[in-house]
Amino acid sequence: MYKQGDWVRIHSVALAPGQRAPQVPEDTARVPLEMWVKGYLTQDAQIGDTVTVRTAAGRLAQGTLIEDGLSYSHSFGDNVPELRQVANMVWDRLYGGDHHA
Amino acid sequence: MRDNSYQAVMARRPEIMKAAVGMDYSRFESGGIAFDYEGMMAAPGLSLQEIEAIQRDYAIGNTPLVELKNITALAGSCAAPGMGARIFVKDEASNPSGSFKARRAAVSVEMARRMGYKGVVTATSGNYGAAVASCAAKAGLRCIVVQECFDSQGVGQPEIVEKARKCEAFGAEVLQLTVGPELFYVFLRLLEDTGYFNASLYTPYAILGIETLGAEIARQFRAREGRDPDLVIATNAGGGNLTGTARGLLKENCDTPVAAASVSLHGLHMASDGQFNRKSFTTGHTGFGMPFSTWPDRSDVPRSAGRPLRYLHSYHTVSQGEVFFMTEALSRLEGMERGPAGNTSLAAAFSLAHQMPSEQCIVVQETEYTGAGKHHNAQLAFARSRGIDIRFGNPRDEAPGQSIVLPQSPELIEAQPADLGQMRRSLIRNARQHFPGPVRPEDIAFLMDETRADQAFVRAACEEEP
Repeated sequence: MYKQGDWVRIHSVALAPGQRAPQVPEDTARVPLEMWVKGYLTQDAQIGDTVTVRTAAGRLAQGTLIEDGLSYSHSFGDNVPELRQVANMVWDRLYGGDHHA
Repeated sequence: MRDNSYQAVMARRPEIMKAAVGMDYSRFESGGIAFDYEGMMAAPGLSLQEIEAIQRDYAIGNTPLVELKNITALAGSCAAPGMGARIFVKDEASNPSGSFKARRAAVSVEMARRMGYKGVVTATSGNYGAAVASCAAKAGLRCIVVQECFDSQGVGQPEIVEKARKCEAFGAEVLQLTVGPELFYVFLRLLEDTGYFNASLYTPYAILGIETLGAEIARQFRAREGRDPDLVIATNAGGGNLTGTARGLLKENCDTPVAAASVSLHGLHMASDGQFNRKSFTTGHTGFGMPFSTWPDRSDVPRSAGRPLRYLHSYHTVSQGEVFFMTEALSRLEGMERGPAGNTSLAAAFSLAHQMPSEQCIVVQETEYTGAGKHHNAQLAFARSRGIDIRFGNPRDEAPGQSIVLPQSPELIEAQPADLGQMRRSLIRNARQHFPGPVRPEDIAFLMDETRADQAFVRAACEEEP
């Protein structure tokens, strides 16, 4: 249960597959144009309800209340060993290469 | 009740735009191909000094010009004796929002404020969103950023996810979309519903904002070296970065040639849902650079102020692997950890330096901030997780969307020249398609300016089938 005034994320469909622009490639035309935005709930609601939120810009937006989506989970990524090789390659070129063993 | 179908909203585009940019573009039109470009650029009535004053208020500009002595030494080690130009970089990452885009955002946001708009809207998945959000925060305006962020599986491009975070840090509303050019439709609806200002990347305000970057390069370089640089190189996507920089150099009477660089994404369709997350660069690439250079007026305003073919002397493409390599080299050799997209022109400069004598100088005119999602390690890790083959080898073997080839040695970094003649002909062909009437003498003169070509070239191109 979410309360009026909770900061949430909503989802909506801006254009259904049949309404998409004529110039989009086939793989894009097959899927809807989807939209996500965050805002303050204007009424109590549950996940899956159609709700209205007031966004950070003060605008009212309608959509389906979805689970979480408020956290940032992007990162620097898994280790990419090749980058260490690049770093060693350019360092060795300038300063010689007997210190990486 | 307004008709909000795609077709109906797109049909209302001229009136929506007129209200949202506070400028009537029709007064610059001639009724054909030609329009009064310089008149449009002068219309805001803002001198270079006034732009600098605005940017000073927003703590933007006067970024350091750094000589990359170790990158230069690395380039020299790849070049013939006596070759290997000195490489300098304008460290634009030190602007408040982390990129040169702050310069264009400040002018747009300040003009919106002065004209009495309550908020600004911008359609961008790039650094410009953070730039507008940052300036709007300082100006006390509301801000909405519209992004193309996810594929239809809900997977977000890490770099764009990071930019959303940064926009939100500055208090903006971020409206995130799946792949498709109809982002523009959503953008128009927002402008219509809110009455906010369109902080477009392509108005005269935006491009005037970048002129200070060119002017600073001329002044800082002269103060340091007592002469002009031999080449200035700009990463090119929508064309504004190069246009503004070149115009700023000219305003300081600096006629140094300006080169463009883009990451080659040949073979990838920019509006394809399936290919969206198979590219590791979301800007600075040929998917924007080529179409916007050869038809600038595809932008979100009636006439774009960014018109790179008017100014550029050469155009070079580099591979994703080459730019990631240079990004790592910049970090390891110069102690400067910066975002990969901003290093596109650095990768090209590294290659061009091999062919220039060691007493000559190249200025790379930007860097951008880096961070989670927006780091070369993040992009490579994401690409690998999507099944992209990452390996060492010859960058010429890279197939965008399939592989990223890191140079086996720095000698293999080799910017590829784009065919400027073909691009110029393409611009003329596009102009004729948009204005199918007879080509008038003023159109010929205009197209000569548009393409930096002579009359014979323009006339010959006009006679080709449009």
